[in-house]
Amino acid sequence: MTEQAQEGRVTEHDEATRPVSLLELDDVSVTYRIASGEVPAVRGVSLTLDSGAALGVAGESGSGKSTLAMALLRLLPRDARVGGRILLDGEDVLAMKWGRMRAVRWAEASIVFQGAQHGLNPVRRIGDQIAEPLLVHGLAKPDAARKRVAELLDQVGLPAWRARSYPHELSGGQRQRVMIAMALACSPRLIIADEPTTALDVMVQAQVLSLIKELIAEHGISLIMISHDLSVLADVCDRLAVMYAGRVVEHGPSAEVFHKAEHPYSRALAAAFPTVGDPVSRMAPKGLGGDPPDPMQLPGGCSFHPRCPVALDECSTLDVQLWPAGPARAAACVHVRPTAPSDPEQDVEAKKEEESS
Amino acid sequence: MTTPLETTEPAAAQAAAGAGDERPAWRGTLRYALAKAGGALFSIAMVIVGTFFLFRLLPGDPVRNMAQGRNMTPAQLDLERHRLGLDKSLIQQFFDFVGDTLRLDLGMSYEYKRPVLDLIGERLGPTLLLAGTGLVIAVSLGIWQGTRAGWRHGSRFDRFSTATSLLLWSVPTFWLGLLLMMVFGVGVGPIPGIFPFRGIESVDAPDGFAYVLDVASHMVLPCLTLVAVVYAQYLLVMRSSLVEEISQDYVTVARAKGLRDDEVRRRHAVPNALLPTVTLVFMRIGFVVGGAVTVETIYTWPGLGQLFYEAVSVPDFTLMQGTFMLITVAVIVMNTLADVAYHILDPRVRSA
Amino acid sequence: MTSVAAARRKLALSRFWGEYRRHRAGVAGLVILVAAVLLALIAPLFIGDEVTSVVESVGEKFAPPSLGEPFGTDESGRSILLMVWWGSRTSLLIGFLAALLSIVIGLVLGVAAGHFRGWAGAALMRVTDWFLVLPSLVTALVLAAILGGSTWTIIMAIGITTWPSTARLIRAQTLAVEARPYIERSKALGGGHWHITTRHVLPNVAPLLLASTTLEVASAIVTESTLAFLGASSNRTSWGTMLRASYDFGAATQGAWWYILIPGLAILAVVMAFTLVGRALEAVLNPRLRRAA
Repeated sequence: MTEQAQEGRVTEHDEATRPVSLLELDDVSVTYRIASGEVPAVRGVSLTLDSGAALGVAGESGSGKSTLAMALLRLLPRDARVGGRILLDGEDVLAMKWGRMRAVRWAEASIVFQGAQHGLNPVRRIGDQIAEPLLVHGLAKPDAARKRVAELLDQVGLPAWRARSYPHELSGGQRQRVMIAMALACSPRLIIADEPTTALDVMVQAQVLSLIKELIAEHGISLIMISHDLSVLADVCDRLAVMYAGRVVEHGPSAEVFHKAEHPYSRALAAAFPTVGDPVSRMAPKGLGGDPPDPMQLPGGCSFHPRCPVALDECSTLDVQLWPAGPARAAACVHVRPTAPSDPEQDVEAKKEEESS
Repeated sequence: MTTPLETTEPAAAQAAAGAGDERPAWRGTLRYALAKAGGALFSIAMVIVGTFFLFRLLPGDPVRNMAQGRNMTPAQLDLERHRLGLDKSLIQQFFDFVGDTLRLDLGMSYEYKRPVLDLIGERLGPTLLLAGTGLVIAVSLGIWQGTRAGWRHGSRFDRFSTATSLLLWSVPTFWLGLLLMMVFGVGVGPIPGIFPFRGIESVDAPDGFAYVLDVASHMVLPCLTLVAVVYAQYLLVMRSSLVEEISQDYVTVARAKGLRDDEVRRRHAVPNALLPTVTLVFMRIGFVVGGAVTVETIYTWPGLGQLFYEAVSVPDFTLMQGTFMLITVAVIVMNTLADVAYHILDPRVRSA
Repeated sequence: MTSVAAARRKLALSRFWGEYRRHRAGVAGLVILVAAVLLALIAPLFIGDEVTSVVESVGEKFAPPSLGEPFGTDESGRSILLMVWWGSRTSLLIGFLAALLSIVIGLVLGVAAGHFRGWAGAALMRVTDWFLVLPSLVTALVLAAILGGSTWTIIMAIGITTWPSTARLIRAQTLAVEARPYIERSKALGGGHWHITTRHVLPNVAPLLLASTTLEVASAIVTESTLAFLGASSNRTSWGTMLRASYDFGAATQGAWWYILIPGLAILAVVMAFTLVGRALEAVLNPRLRRAA
């Protein structure tokens, strides 16, 4: 794991990535076409994920993180246009024919939604729902599928007779376990978890997280986990990417991004969720005024500058990019620009020293 | 492999206790059905009581009302009054009325000089035939078109469907009936009429299979009118129900599982949208009843609706009272059945 | 103070109009509606009850549309055009008043059922549900037959049979409003039932009520015409009674299509207009619906 993760850091920065990575996003953009114009939801995101690695994507609602996740399996509504390249195991997802796309779905990459909400069909038994992908992909006959369902339920810590239950007969945590069992059904290589613990209470959240950690480690599954809660992501993932207004504004190893963020937005997110499952901090990032920008009227320069506590005058015009910010790290902030101007009120310099020491 | 943690959540503990055997769920359903049946009985009792007082509200002397200005001697009037029990006290009359109604003695029709119950019995068949056929066609058509419109909402087909439904919703039933009668029954200009538009059968009705065809041809126009008016709202309900379902996460999950578009629709979205739709259809059965009265009147279809219309236009208050109670009770019963059926079919409400 | 409130109201109104204008169908409906109401109001300046008189009619019987009689004549030679115009007064009057009655009953009972918890509210809901299952057209016919067919009894019959859906809607809204924290505060400050319902609940349910009234008028006009057609007539010329006469005098078999078509189209146009306006109002005023759309 660690070795792979190390490698990941190297490839992450190397622009000409080697095809060994399981998932490779190259300048991916998603634009919704609505009556009043075009809404850019994701703008030029490039990320890589090696097999067996876990990547966390953080951001407020509206940052484009869920849209990005849905784009990976082309699950977005018809009015969304996806640009760039998404390579899954070296194969371009966006160029796949529909038949191939359907074959890849769930068999190679599956999704864990907020099962506590509406991720499970309310009027079908959960056993049927777990078995469904097996039958659809022809991986098992009904009898074998039933056995596999029992096995999967056991893996997520639920008794086999639960297969006959309906979703509403389960608690939120149990439903989330069912979602995970379902995602494991076809033994995929990648699981995309979209806010898998958001609606759960603290205790259950911790249980589900440790379950996810255990299962991906045991089966060698890669994970992309999406959350607005940086502490949850830092707990599970090796690397973090922080998104704001459709762009990745910072990425790097989890612990470093969580504890020593370079981007002021990441710092605000981290401050909002100091510990895993802190019940009081489940709201908008603390100490950060204002709302996420309207994607149709993005501020010029750095999109974050109107809310940024450490913004400079030039931020409203500067073309910020992901600049290297230490080993295997990058941040899109003027304060980490290679030719960073000396800035008296900034503690960035101090921080850098702290890191390098 | 992971430790089972069921007990950490109260809901889980509860569910675990109840899930070992199926009986509690059944008992819940039974209790619900009984409660609903009790409510329905109460509603029916209210209908009987309400009917009694409503028909005693009639201004003037009920016997004179019924006589409709025909010359009757005071002795004749008294005799009639006694025969109808109108010389008794109001309370006595009330209990007589309730007792008679419970024994299904709905009185004698003034117009037909026959028991109301017999008349109703004769007219029930044609109404069930017409309203039943119309309902089946309207529901199937409404659901089919509503599904197509909702699945691709915003499409041209959807916009066309919604516009048509709004138009049909605004059209008074009887006017549409008149138009159809004029165009397809009588014929316009050089185009001759195609379908018969009076009654349920021809004067010289043939026997056997030919008779069936004869009745069917008589049914085309009334049925068409009824369907056109009621199917529009089924379409709108199914459409909005489906639009709501497909925005749910589980539909995205189904697509992510690799199901084809039509499989997602057939296996997940439509069955879930269907449940509330079909229930609503039966909850609003009163609307169909109103439509049936109008349609039967226009096409002189010898059903309950026409009988009721005759009672209103004579007016024959005993007949009106009997048909009104029967129609209302039937609607209440259907509502209750729909309610209970929904409870059984939809596991979401079953546990609640 | 008042000028500030007035200015704020003016601003809200102009914002509302800006939203409403974007619903093209709603604007079209509004235009038809205003035209129909204006025509009905100015009718007495040009014509009177004599257009419905059989004695005074001079025209040919069942005359097809011509230059002189653009919409033809009826079985007594009366002008269909003038009768539809004159009849619009009865149809619209009954439609508006019946809807008003229905809305008032629904509003009072709905607010009461939502405001008073406990057995009173529950009993009111029980009564509402009971009225809701009654087949409304059949009940209205019985009422009209028993109370006689005057304009006022028709209005009553429609009002009494159509209020339950409004009551349910208003009750739900009342519950939602009363769950807001400032109501709690108002109660703590000693606000009585009357104060809370008229000062807090009513202003909040009013917009919803406007949309539902509009839709209610549409259905009341249809019900009025249906009742008139089924013989529970107000004896005054309305679109429904005209169609009744066309049926009685066999306009269909006589080929007098204009006699059937014109009054029906008048009903359809007005009802469609009300429906479109009601839907547009709902879309503008109900944020939940707006988001769903």
